[in-house]
Amino acid sequence: MSGKVLVCRCEDVTLDEVQKALEAGHHDIESVKRYTGFGTGWCQGKQCVVACARVIAEHTGASPTLPITPRPPYHPVSLAALAGLDEEAP
Amino acid sequence: MSDGVTGKGPRVAVLGAGILGLSTAWHLAHRHGIRDVVVLDRGYLCGGASGRNGGGVRAQFSSEANIRLMRESIEICRDFAATMKINVWFRQGGYLFLARDAARAASLEASVKLQNACGLSTRLLGPDEAQRVVPELSTRGVVATSYNPDDGVVFPWPFVWGYARAAQSLGVALRTFTEVIGFETAGGRIVGVRVRPVQLVPFAQGDTMVPAGEPYVIACDHVVLATGAWSPGLAKHLGLALPNKPHRHEICSTEPLKPWLGPLVADLTDGLYFSQSMRGEIVGGISVDPVPEGINQASSAGFVTKYARALLRCVPRLGGVKVLRQWAGCYDITPDGAPIVGTPEGFDNLTLACGFMGYGFMMAPVMGKLLAEHIAGKTPPLVHEWSLERFARGSTLRETMILG
Repeated sequence: MSGKVLVCRCEDVTLDEVQKALEAGHHDIESVKRYTGFGTGWCQGKQCVVACARVIAEHTGASPTLPITPRPPYHPVSLAALAGLDEEAP
Repeated sequence: MSDGVTGKGPRVAVLGAGILGLSTAWHLAHRHGIRDVVVLDRGYLCGGASGRNGGGVRAQFSSEANIRLMRESIEICRDFAATMKINVWFRQGGYLFLARDAARAASLEASVKLQNACGLSTRLLGPDEAQRVVPELSTRGVVATSYNPDDGVVFPWPFVWGYARAAQSLGVALRTFTEVIGFETAGGRIVGVRVRPVQLVPFAQGDTMVPAGEPYVIACDHVVLATGAWSPGLAKHLGLALPNKPHRHEICSTEPLKPWLGPLVADLTDGLYFSQSMRGEIVGGISVDPVPEGINQASSAGFVTKYARALLRCVPRLGGVKVLRQWAGCYDITPDGAPIVGTPEGFDNLTLACGFMGYGFMMAPVMGKLLAEHIAGKTPPLVHEWSLERFARGSTLRETMILG
């Protein structure tokens, strides 16, 4: 395959960048997320986390059991809609 | 098993691979030639408050110590990319503080006078002038504002990576996923740090670790405690009681927008702050009280609701903008709002560097420099002012410009 392979389309993170993070010694998915920024864009990892977990698993030989910590909201929500919720909610 | 770092000079164990521990380690190696330094962290880089904060960097404070230190820290931030060869997305858009009543306005005015005396270009702006800085701002209910154009924002993650990489290139050892479980002492001194390898637990909100190897001891001549909200828990292993406490603060980030917002806007009435990062997102938070006790990094719906209401009061036209994600981290709160820095009585080879009240990230560039000087044998005067012993004497320190 030639050219760039995107693993995170929201934040333009390439396969090469994930592999460079692994070579720099970041072998867990939370570190790789913070080093490359994958999973922090519009989809919040729904499209890229599986691909990144697989690249990490292939590199380290460990089973890909750890997702990144999920961040609310599940889908993007407007500030106007959020302002209508309950301030006392847990 | 002993795993001491060998070589000349003191062997320094820095507890906490947050921005402050890494800045201290880099300054030790870079300015003082002290390279037998190991930085220990139970988690991963950017996993604690250093990777969870809003990236604000400001010199607008109400106490002279904070103003002078942050003035220098901003200068270091400005040069960071050139020095460290890493882009930290530094943008000097200023900070705009809002006051909504006469008492806050008077307090802001007094702070501006002090800041000007310290060489800052902060100005008091009326509501109309503030609107010229941020045309989208609703100034209804705002009676006064203060604006320092030299304040700014950074992207915290590369800042942490930058210090880590630069320190490692000088020989500093960085051990993440390494938890401190105790200390070895002899003759009233700490001679070793007892650690064990740990690993992450799936779906555990980032603060649950399980053992992943046998404990071992790292021999050392000096220990730096720079573990933020985790510091009181670690100090207990030494029989040392610290008065600081973890306090959860939440934050959220929106979809990216074209650049429109110059300064970070901060409202001292409700602790609201928001800024636009170089990635285009609106990043901000607000004070929530009460919060769960102890270390807690969970998100709440109540926070994002309160934040959305306060933000829309300030900038009504943001209603259609979507929040992409929210997260939380822990402030490290002291009883008088000033940090705990220096070597406590009875612990000759321990340096405390905690209690930074939510502004530890922005102060780490200059504070790491001062801490390294202290460890290398010089004692900057400020480290004395922020000693642990001030609490027993009755502290007279005060800082009113705390956010979030």
